[in-house]
Amino acid sequence: MAKKILALTGDQAAAFAMKQIEPDVLAAYPITPQTEIVMNYSQYAADGLVRTEMIPVESEHSAMSACVGAVAAGARTMTATSSQGLALMWEILYIASSLRLPIVMPVVNRALSGNINIHCDHSDTMGARDSGWIQVYCENPQEVYESIILAIKIAEDKEILLPVMVCQDGFITSHGVEGVETLEDDKVKEFIGEYKQEFSLLNVDKPLTYGPLDLQDYYFEHKRQQAEAMANAKKKIPGIISKFEPLTNKRYDFIEKYRLDDAEVGILALSSTCGTTKVVVDELRKEGKKVGLLKLRFLRPFPAEEIIQALSKLKAVAVLDRSESFADHGGPVFNEVRSALYELNKKPLMTNYIYGLGGRDVGLSQIKSVFEDLFKIVEKGGPKSLVNYLGVR
Amino acid sequence: MANLKDLSKLPERLGPGHRLCAGCGASIAVRQVLMGTKDPVVVGASTGCLEVATTIYPFTAWRVPFIHNAFENVAATISGVETAYRALKKQGKIKKEIKFIAFGGDGGTYDIGIQSLSGALERGHKMVYVCYTNEAYMNTGIQRSGATPCGASTTTAPAGKESYGKPQSRKDLTAIVAAHHIPYVAQATISHWKDLITKAQKAFAANGPAFINVLCPCHRGWRYPQENTVEIAKLAVETCFWPLYEVENGKWRITYRPKEKKPITEWIKSQGRFKHLLKEENKPVVEAIQKEIDESWAHLEKLCSL
Repeated sequence: MAKKILALTGDQAAAFAMKQIEPDVLAAYPITPQTEIVMNYSQYAADGLVRTEMIPVESEHSAMSACVGAVAAGARTMTATSSQGLALMWEILYIASSLRLPIVMPVVNRALSGNINIHCDHSDTMGARDSGWIQVYCENPQEVYESIILAIKIAEDKEILLPVMVCQDGFITSHGVEGVETLEDDKVKEFIGEYKQEFSLLNVDKPLTYGPLDLQDYYFEHKRQQAEAMANAKKKIPGIISKFEPLTNKRYDFIEKYRLDDAEVGILALSSTCGTTKVVVDELRKEGKKVGLLKLRFLRPFPAEEIIQALSKLKAVAVLDRSESFADHGGPVFNEVRSALYELNKKPLMTNYIYGLGGRDVGLSQIKSVFEDLFKIVEKGGPKSLVNYLGVR
Repeated sequence: MANLKDLSKLPERLGPGHRLCAGCGASIAVRQVLMGTKDPVVVGASTGCLEVATTIYPFTAWRVPFIHNAFENVAATISGVETAYRALKKQGKIKKEIKFIAFGGDGGTYDIGIQSLSGALERGHKMVYVCYTNEAYMNTGIQRSGATPCGASTTTAPAGKESYGKPQSRKDLTAIVAAHHIPYVAQATISHWKDLITKAQKAFAANGPAFINVLCPCHRGWRYPQENTVEIAKLAVETCFWPLYEVENGKWRITYRPKEKKPITEWIKSQGRFKHLLKEENKPVVEAIQKEIDESWAHLEKLCSL
């Protein structure tokens, strides 16, 4: 059977991937703009298309708590959330990763309150970047679909065993319809394999204790092991991607370089803004300007070597942050990227743009202005200011 | 009905050597509750005395599978475990009959965990939730909770020149849970072991969620000699401070009636947390407490007559 191209929104693409994965348990709570994922999946369950046991919880805190219990009991378990929902899960995010439970969670990025705002920015998942979860950022529904399937395989790898957030931009991606090339159900099932929890709570003949009190004697060692698991993820993800490649004919690396190899200046961005930037890059290239894009797909594990390699030859780099860290020293992505480049003897000039908060649209002209600024920075030998705000009045 | 000879033959699921205080009511409650089923069990516990004192890594006192997640979410956590069990059983990957049980203290149940509990009850998971109430946040050092009775001195509602301890009444959690119309709800305590184990048996046999609120005296927080734990529990029943009853499929029934209802002053005199109430100026407070207890008992009688 040939691959089917379906017209799907990002939310529908997520739900469709989940349907093909068919987790044993799904515990979720609705929140805009993630709601369509839960709605679609609930309909699949209601129509008997999946054998998943649903837990229609009363909050996201309980969603993540139930996921922890269900995975510890040996069930492949998923959930999905956005914004305030992710914030409410916060406490349990750390517990899920500490207990090494491979939960895969699509996150539809939305601004955090206050004030309340339902539209896209990355403040929700940026705040969770130190929670021990792997984080993948997707440009479009196609990437959402494929990344969720890939995430199962990454999360459940025995040397990794970490939960994964698969992020997409609220409304921009989650509610925008695009053609999504889908795989056959059996191909997906074959790729992900069956989930086998080695330390199941339901193995009553071999009782074990999850979540003990862990004090000065051992806590640190357990954190060190967790850091090692993330290092393992860094090592093993390329191999897992290679196994996925024949199915999709696409190569999903930690980063994606777009016309970057011979570029003089470049933008580093995440998610849907990369699509906008690619259009601008193509336009400026036609004018003979050597510009490029570095798309960061994985923020955790942080692909420092790949970033260094990709940006080392550039004269100037602008990092776009769709969240504010209120440090008065730039956004989270900027600071991590800039820190990675410290290793270089000849560093590119760098500047940071905070943009698109609360769903503020970012258009071609704004991205173009960033490239223009970068050329000025090269000319003047440095940026006017380290941190800039793009598109704010 | 439980009998001592049979019970003595059951394996201990909570092993000795845990670090709960000598004279702790909680471990007695856990052992009695776990005698309510012969099936394998998976146990969950919220953060609290029971959890920290039984699981200090690399040791565990649990001889059964055990999970602790956080403070407010043992109900949601066990609901996840129970759902995983149903999912895997449906697929034929597991065949055994397993029971699921959640232990939460009063802080983890009356207060911070009530939403998680309510949600799990409404969803109808087949699990037994046991609240071991010692009427304050004992693990952090005797702070007032929604279960702390009026007049008790705690470290966050202490008695003082201008205060007689906690001014508010405790919430009626057992009735709140009963309002979820689940198959089985009960109130019990450790001194009446036969009553408690019988209730546990009914809870484990229920076709849906079951809940038992077990009063567990705490000598550290209540200020009485540690060897008196069981006697103190008994006094709670004899004074009607802690009535023993059940709500089975909506039918309320008192399971033990004190032959002679003792005055609340006997209860108050037995514990240091109430000692300031014995002062002359606090007489109206004691009278108000007695009145509330009498009214609650009368209300319970009314519910049982329906």
